[in-house]
Amino acid sequence: MTVRKEAMDARVDAVDAVIVERMRRITDRVMHLTLRRADGERLPDWTPGSHIDLVLGDGTTRQYSLLGDTRDPFRYEIAVVREHDGRGGSRHVHDVLQAGDVVGIGGPRNNFRLVPSPRYRFIAGGIGITPMLPMIRAAAEMGAEWELLYLGRSLTSMPFADQLLEAHGERVRLRASDRGRVDVASWIGAFDADTKVYTCGPVSLIEAVVDATAAWRPGWSRVERFEASDAGEPARTTAFEVEVEGSGRVITVEPGVAVASALREAGFDLLTSCSRGVCGTCETDVVGGDPDHRDAILDDVERAAGNCFFPCVSRSKSDRLVIAL
Amino acid sequence: MTITSTAPSLIPTTDEDPFSEAVLADPLPFQHRLREAGEVVLLERYGVYAMGRYDTVRSALLDWQGFESSAGVGITDFRAETPWRPPSLLLEADPPHHNAPRSVLAKILGPRELRSMAPRWQADAEALVDEVVARGTEFDAVESFAEAFPLRVFPDAVGIPDEGREHLLPYGDHLFNAFGPENFLVEHGAPHIGEHSAWVNEQCARDHISSGGFGDAIWAAADRGDLTTEQAPLVVRSLLSAGVDTTVHAIGAVLHAFATHPDQWARLREDPSLARVAFDEAIRLEAPVQTFFRTTTREIELGGVRIPERRKILMFLGSANSDPRHWHDPERFDLARDPSGHVGFGMGIHQCVGQHVARLEAVSLVTALARRVETIELTAAPVRHLNNTLRAWKTMPMRGTLA
Repeated sequence: MTVRKEAMDARVDAVDAVIVERMRRITDRVMHLTLRRADGERLPDWTPGSHIDLVLGDGTTRQYSLLGDTRDPFRYEIAVVREHDGRGGSRHVHDVLQAGDVVGIGGPRNNFRLVPSPRYRFIAGGIGITPMLPMIRAAAEMGAEWELLYLGRSLTSMPFADQLLEAHGERVRLRASDRGRVDVASWIGAFDADTKVYTCGPVSLIEAVVDATAAWRPGWSRVERFEASDAGEPARTTAFEVEVEGSGRVITVEPGVAVASALREAGFDLLTSCSRGVCGTCETDVVGGDPDHRDAILDDVERAAGNCFFPCVSRSKSDRLVIAL
Repeated sequence: MTITSTAPSLIPTTDEDPFSEAVLADPLPFQHRLREAGEVVLLERYGVYAMGRYDTVRSALLDWQGFESSAGVGITDFRAETPWRPPSLLLEADPPHHNAPRSVLAKILGPRELRSMAPRWQADAEALVDEVVARGTEFDAVESFAEAFPLRVFPDAVGIPDEGREHLLPYGDHLFNAFGPENFLVEHGAPHIGEHSAWVNEQCARDHISSGGFGDAIWAAADRGDLTTEQAPLVVRSLLSAGVDTTVHAIGAVLHAFATHPDQWARLREDPSLARVAFDEAIRLEAPVQTFFRTTTREIELGGVRIPERRKILMFLGSANSDPRHWHDPERFDLARDPSGHVGFGMGIHQCVGQHVARLEAVSLVTALARRVETIELTAAPVRHLNNTLRAWKTMPMRGTLA
């Protein structure tokens, strides 16, 4: 055991709780949230296209794209659209959540990476504009050419439309469906090795783009659906047990304590490095139970497999998690 | 040495040269003086701001926004001078340019991808140990193990040909020297770097890479559009640049630590699962990569010192890893210690992307050695190999007794 234990553990345990710094209604259905850490420390780094898991007080987990500035290490920004179909997360954010409240986060993870290209065509439908905002900044910074097609129901319902138009003028094409349809396929045009297409929006838009680019070289047209996939069981807000296979020992992990800390406290050797779920050093086999993944490493398939987790940030959804050290 | 606080700046300054032969041969006394002088110390000779304390170094490593890499991570300012080779897309890049190459390599070299290599490397390590002890139980641990094992498994894993591998170590050695000032070490390597570079660059091309390895996976990423075809060879070059000398010296460090701490070797033999901790504890203690530079992107205040914009800072990773403010009894090699959080691999977005590869190589070798060899001891004083960035051994004469 080392002298750095207390200091390090305090950092580890604070990593998944953030404070809602600001809430701003930007259209009649969209709320713009700014999050920061309670201790004022850096948040984990992220890249354009990333999303975070937002864990609300009752354990409800929803995924939201980060839309802010990757150069700001202290703030995450997300936009939450009020859903009509009654899934609880967005209603809770709109009606219950207030500035100053504490929420949990997981990630950030990126399944929608901006890959290098001389030219980009960005296509956003409604709230699908959120991952495009940091992508546009990065594309501009890398000196790439880009254009944006932004579709929505009406101009007033389309978040950030005015700012985009003001900042970028003719690179941006806004089209509200109350003013007629857009032929997405003709806007995309033919395959061009120097152009990559990024689309985020509702299923109908994604399907139109997938059809239009079906014959393209794989990887040149990339899509992300914005409706949050159901994250399954809600995250736990109570203590859980971790059984270390073969040791005959079961330890209890209290809320707000990292599994890594609890394991060390119990005398188990565990090598960690970043304490942020980024580097992968502490990867641990899970042989029983249902991990609550909070890392930035695993993709959706690997998460669903549930056979490993990163105890520096990840937790358990089940009463007991069985791990092999 | 005199460290003086000079008004009005109140910056502790030193005229010591961390790249002198004396300091490179034994950096610990200098590092101690550096840490004691303050959070930030001005190296007068170079006009560079040095930091040696754990908290300061760790914070600087994390703060890519304030301390950029694209102006070079050596003393050369890429904004003002021409680098000796085209800049690395990983080490010498910042977001957003850094994002794609980093994510491609991080996936290829991730712990999950490496699991499939573990049995083969374990077998390779056992074969090497058998070969060496069959020749005799006295050997030079640098040549026989620290160099031999990475050169046996890593280039194969990348997928480059056998022919010409002797270029890899001198190429890396000069690369790491070139981060420092143009001193005797850089002058020594300069005449030959052309041929080493030419060979290394040639191996990065698609038609030189065999299928199924890391290099092939990088080119496959280019086919998917995750990288451009212009970027792919440079990403392969990053593997060959940063993946050989570093691992060689890391394995040298862990073997030296065990040879000089027989009680710890006995502990490892009792509990082979300690190999991972042993490797990181050795990295903490020796820091094979001692230093890296960054460049300030704005005026930054640290410990009451104002560092102007566009100035080079020098982070002493080895010093941070032996800072008693953070580590208990830091100069002890101790398998009971938890070395988590050491900065020997860096920290943040530039943290060593190959650390899982290095760890697996070292753990494979140390495990194989512990299985066959009951005790190891030095038979003569080991000799340091000097490098402006790397802490390394040239020779390490050793004797083992077979289990």
